Amino acid sequence: MRIALFVTCFNDTMFPDTGRAVVSVLERLGHTVDFPQEQTCCGQMHFNTGYRPDAVPLVERFARTFASYDAVVTPSASCAGMVRENHPVLAEDYGPAALQRQVAELMPRVYEFTEFLTDVLDVTDVGARYPHKVAYHPTCHSLRGLRLGDRPERLLRAVKGLDLVDIPAADSCCGFGGTFAVKNADTSAAMLADKNAAVLDSGAEVLCAADNSCLMHIGGGLSRQGSVVRTVHLAEILAATEGATQ
Amino acid sequence: MSSREAILTRIRAALADVPADEVPGDVPVPRAYRRSHTEPGQDTVTLFGERVADYRANVTRTDQAHLSEAIATALTARGVSHLGLPDGFPAELLPSGDWKWHQEPLDTEALVGLDGAITLAAAGIAVTGTIVLDTGPGQGRRALTLVPDYHLCVIRAEQIADDVSDALARLDPGLPLTFISGPSATSDIELERVEGVHGPRSLDVIIVDRTDPERP
Amino acid sequence: MSDTGNRGVVWLGAPSFPDAAREALGTPQLRANLKRATGTIRDKRLAVASELGDWEDLRDTAAAIKQRTSRHLDYYLQQLEQSVTAAGGVVHWASDAADANRIVTALVQATGEREVVKIKSMATQEIGLNEHLAEAGITAYETDLAELIVQLGDDRPSHILVPAIHKNRTEIRDLFTAEMGQWGQAAPEDLTDDPRELAEAARRHLREKFLTAKVAVSGANFASADTGTVVVVESEGNGRMCLTLPDTLITVMGIEKVVPTFADLEVFLQLLPRSATGERMNPYTSTWTGTTDGDGPSAFHLVLLDNGRTDTLADTVGRQVLACIRCSACLNVCPVFERTGGHAYGSVYPGPIGAVLTPQLVGVENAATLPFASTLCGACYDACPVKINIPEVLTHLRAKTVEGKGRTAEALAMKAAATVLDSPRLLSAAQMAAAVGGRALARKGRIGRLPGPMRGWSDTRDTPAPPAESFRTWWRKNKEGDR
Repeated sequence: MRIALFVTCFNDTMFPDTGRAVVSVLERLGHTVDFPQEQTCCGQMHFNTGYRPDAVPLVERFARTFASYDAVVTPSASCAGMVRENHPVLAEDYGPAALQRQVAELMPRVYEFTEFLTDVLDVTDVGARYPHKVAYHPTCHSLRGLRLGDRPERLLRAVKGLDLVDIPAADSCCGFGGTFAVKNADTSAAMLADKNAAVLDSGAEVLCAADNSCLMHIGGGLSRQGSVVRTVHLAEILAATEGATQ
Repeated sequence: MSSREAILTRIRAALADVPADEVPGDVPVPRAYRRSHTEPGQDTVTLFGERVADYRANVTRTDQAHLSEAIATALTARGVSHLGLPDGFPAELLPSGDWKWHQEPLDTEALVGLDGAITLAAAGIAVTGTIVLDTGPGQGRRALTLVPDYHLCVIRAEQIADDVSDALARLDPGLPLTFISGPSATSDIELERVEGVHGPRSLDVIIVDRTDPERP
Repeated sequence: MSDTGNRGVVWLGAPSFPDAAREALGTPQLRANLKRATGTIRDKRLAVASELGDWEDLRDTAAAIKQRTSRHLDYYLQQLEQSVTAAGGVVHWASDAADANRIVTALVQATGEREVVKIKSMATQEIGLNEHLAEAGITAYETDLAELIVQLGDDRPSHILVPAIHKNRTEIRDLFTAEMGQWGQAAPEDLTDDPRELAEAARRHLREKFLTAKVAVSGANFASADTGTVVVVESEGNGRMCLTLPDTLITVMGIEKVVPTFADLEVFLQLLPRSATGERMNPYTSTWTGTTDGDGPSAFHLVLLDNGRTDTLADTVGRQVLACIRCSACLNVCPVFERTGGHAYGSVYPGPIGAVLTPQLVGVENAATLPFASTLCGACYDACPVKINIPEVLTHLRAKTVEGKGRTAEALAMKAAATVLDSPRLLSAAQMAAAVGGRALARKGRIGRLPGPMRGWSDTRDTPAPPAESFRTWWRKNKEGDR
């Protein structure tokens, strides 16, 4: 199986560890991962902010870059959602018929990382060890967009030494929302305050999720509050082998 | 152009994407939902009673032989004496005692002077705990069960439909229908539920069980 | 302002959503009221919706019925007109708010009456009927408890279902004590803030209106085209009073409220109460078909209101919003609404549904911040009993808003970003620049408060400094050779 990593522009720039973690987990499971260098961005920011025509070249680039792979794996629920839900919309509204076909043909092979592990590779124990108290935040795109359900939790429960704790009102949005956090900064901050209170309530040392964007928002708030709770992408936990004998 | 023509013209223009030969029936409407949310073999009369009681209405079950007695008990418990009586309410069911029965027609002023009203029902809905009135015999005009502060409704077990779908199929849309699920209520102040705003503050429902078919 | 801005839906002079939200967020009492209210209804709704194992099937059917109706709206409206007329009602058609107000005012004037009682109705709020009637010397009395509170306080509703949810019991007590006497029966002198007593005061205050009013004005939840049956769903009994006691009933109904058949109500009468108040069934649902001899009003007028709905219908993505049954489930699950309340939306339609309906009714240019008043979290779509994909419509309307604004600074920045993001080479360069710049700004790996457009973000959050090496650089150095 030819697997491509779509790392996303945001992880590429801000959270390269997450990309490395995906590569590491997949390699540990015996797969080879490719990183096609022509990849850039799924166009989510442009689409969600209303700049649809600007996102079209990115849709074309994505379809072109990943066309030859059996699976495209991304450590971002929101980017996976953007590609699966909105690339077809953009292709239909702005693209030539060829692009529509290309997008439609590629869509079923685009996976969020935890989906790929549980549904395609059919594994839940990826051989990780992470002796920490961890809470999982189901981001909106994981929960209601991709409907990842308990896939992330199943993977986390199989991590040795990991103590998974619940966050109160876990399903409520953290208030990030991309440009929402800038355009409606006050409302976003109010939502963040409630989310962070819930995270602190959970007693977790580490908060993880399937999206670094939400984690950056939550972690940024926790950091400003002086909290020691760390935010870590789920993939990095699945890649960890802390304290394991090699 | 009249507003009517203007609106219809705008609608047709707005629907330019709908093929000209499409008829309403061409738009698929799946009907996978259940006609009834009762369980197979479930005692729907009991369910109806429980669900009505959930709204904090008083529910009594009786049979035909004890119905008059049950009415007397309910009225005594409520301490009401002047009661509106709709046309077609079976006189033989009225208990003897100190109650003053005010036969319809009653004007608004007369309704205001009543303590309550007693009626039959057109249908019941078990799953939702609803009684339905259709102004038919024994049910009175709509105002009869609205203006007085108390409503006693007598419903026969066989009138109770399993669920909303079944109930609507039994009803005549040409008649004015009133679906009643418990006493009037509001949650407008800090979402605290208060029973009794403009409609009757008290609702009693007497369910009359099926009688032996040999003895009507 | 274009003419569409005058449809009455938005409150003139209302601030933009972010500004109004900021003000609301600074009111702890409001936030506490909202949090409690939305949380309570949310839990109740979930409990009763999950009682029905086929909830998703009911939603599918409801959405399909609404779709069938909207694709053949002209057909169903004419059928409704025929059925209502045959049953003794009179049907009027109103293109916009002014048209509807004119029709209703003339109908009231024809009765010679100077007072009307009203059932809570979104449509009449939308067109500003009360204000219009007042100009014609006709007093409209709102009879729903919450609407009474709003009216006595010369206030605005903040929620579709519980419009006075922004007020607490003490505020309501004070309002009743001060204002009821000006409109009719005064509140008792020793009125406390017990909701029971407050409801009783409202009951007494309104009873004389119900018993003397000759004209009532209502909205409609549904109207079935095949039978001409109009439906009002309510809780307090004020609706029954208005629908039953007066001689003349005038119902103002948005054209999208028509459903094909009476039997179709079986779907909506299960979905609406459970989605709205979280009850298996609301206390009272009234249906009527034209007029009935000897029972209820002898004259019935049905005013079919467009007021921007046909414009909404013309948008193939946006038209799904016309399926809304005004249950307000989307408000109660919305994390934005929960913090800001309804007033921030500057419209009679608040919350997620308001954010997609208001801009369509009045034109996106007249409500430009509303499509952005959402994190696109999707809770509204999940809760919607008729499956309106609100996030889909939000991003659609965002695109329309942006299109209408032309070359703004934001548009230029987005264009520049798109150029960079469409080129791995430029992206690499930008990443290096960000790493250098970010590290210059950062202390201990974190970037603190920033000026300019990032101020709102950085006021409450630190940002990690971009790493020295992007993923693609790392890959080139460490992995590329392996392949």
